[in-house]
Amino acid sequence: MIGELGRSLVGALEGLGDVSLFLLRLIANTPRALLRFDLIGRQIFNSGALSLVIIMLSGLFVGMVLGLQGYQLLQRFGSEEALGVAAAVGLLRELSPVITALLFAGRAGTALASEIGLMRATDQLSAMEMMAVDPIRHVVVPRFLGGVIAMPILAAIFSVIGLYGAQLVGVQLMGVDSGSFWSQMQAAVELRDINQGLVKSAIFGIACSLIAVYQGYYAAPTAEGVGLATTRTVVTSAVVVLFLDYLLTSAFL
Amino acid sequence: MGKSSTLNLGAGTFVLLGFAALAFLTTQTTVHGPHLGRPGSVYVVTAKFDNIGDLKVGAPVSMAGVEVGRVSHIDLDPKQYKAVVTMQLDSKFNEIPSDSDASIFTQGLLGGKFIGLTAGGSDSYLKNHDQIDFTQSAIIIENLIGQLVSSFTNKGSDSSGSSGAPPPAAPSTKPEKSK
Repeated sequence: MIGELGRSLVGALEGLGDVSLFLLRLIANTPRALLRFDLIGRQIFNSGALSLVIIMLSGLFVGMVLGLQGYQLLQRFGSEEALGVAAAVGLLRELSPVITALLFAGRAGTALASEIGLMRATDQLSAMEMMAVDPIRHVVVPRFLGGVIAMPILAAIFSVIGLYGAQLVGVQLMGVDSGSFWSQMQAAVELRDINQGLVKSAIFGIACSLIAVYQGYYAAPTAEGVGLATTRTVVTSAVVVLFLDYLLTSAFL
Repeated sequence: MGKSSTLNLGAGTFVLLGFAALAFLTTQTTVHGPHLGRPGSVYVVTAKFDNIGDLKVGAPVSMAGVEVGRVSHIDLDPKQYKAVVTMQLDSKFNEIPSDSDASIFTQGLLGGKFIGLTAGGSDSYLKNHDQIDFTQSAIIIENLIGQLVSSFTNKGSDSSGSSGAPPPAAPSTKPEKSK
């Protein structure tokens, strides 16, 4: 019993060490990969631009719900003008980095993991190694960097759309004064809030992309293995993002 | 090439959209004081308060409801145990009488604190590094409620007993507050 527990603990530690070493390998290859900007641009398009629709739609609905809930709550204290502040601070600090990261893991992370996993399963990666082409540098690093760059951009877009969603419900539907909605927000939101959201989404971008490419790269070369890698990507990303979010929030406060 | 150029266009548009969103967030959702920290366009005055409540750095300084500056620094006078508030005023408003009065007010019922200046009658104007002598501290709601409660309980005991001793206790703090 205790031996089993110890073994699984050692296994978890090994996994963590393996991921960390993989990250170091990616970082070591980053300067060379940056020279091939066309490869990275393609991956920014794949992970970022193609996730845009789901991010914008989710942002709109999250903002609208925030407007509705915030209005119901603030109305009790007769301070529904503070809706702009509540929506902006909630979105900038928490909701947009976290929800963007979760959606990113579902939309782009799974695509990365299954793509690289299938390359592994169909021996494309081995073929590259045979030709003395480093698959880490040419396949994995551009995808990793594309994800890292795309995440803060997606989070910023999410925030803007979310704010307009909250404004749509709060101002157009519920009749909060438009002037005080924006001016109270401008008075209360600080540059620090925006920075906090940016730093968070950058770190989530690193975490989600790393998990996706790691799971894909080390997937078992079977159909089942690729499926498992995809599932693991989503589950691990979600847990890691929420855990990191707690850490980062307590570090920022 | 055709495929690649549409791809580049897509990635470029996406990145541009991201920067536009960031620009919107940094300029539209927040105001960093339009004249805070730009030397030359501001001048600095200080004022000493008995109690500043929860006045914060960056709080607005207003005159007749118009924002004329911001609180740039808050410190404690180690000898007098008073709060020293440094304000940056827009040099556009350089004709504020030197005997003006600075008071700390609350925005709304539960809002933050801000400094309100009331013009005096002097012919000389506030200059850089001047001090405002006439100040009025923040009204601390807890103290106010405390006074109210103690004046009520005193009144209750007054009606049954003598009315000599308790009343001075409550009013004696009021003149301090008003000046």
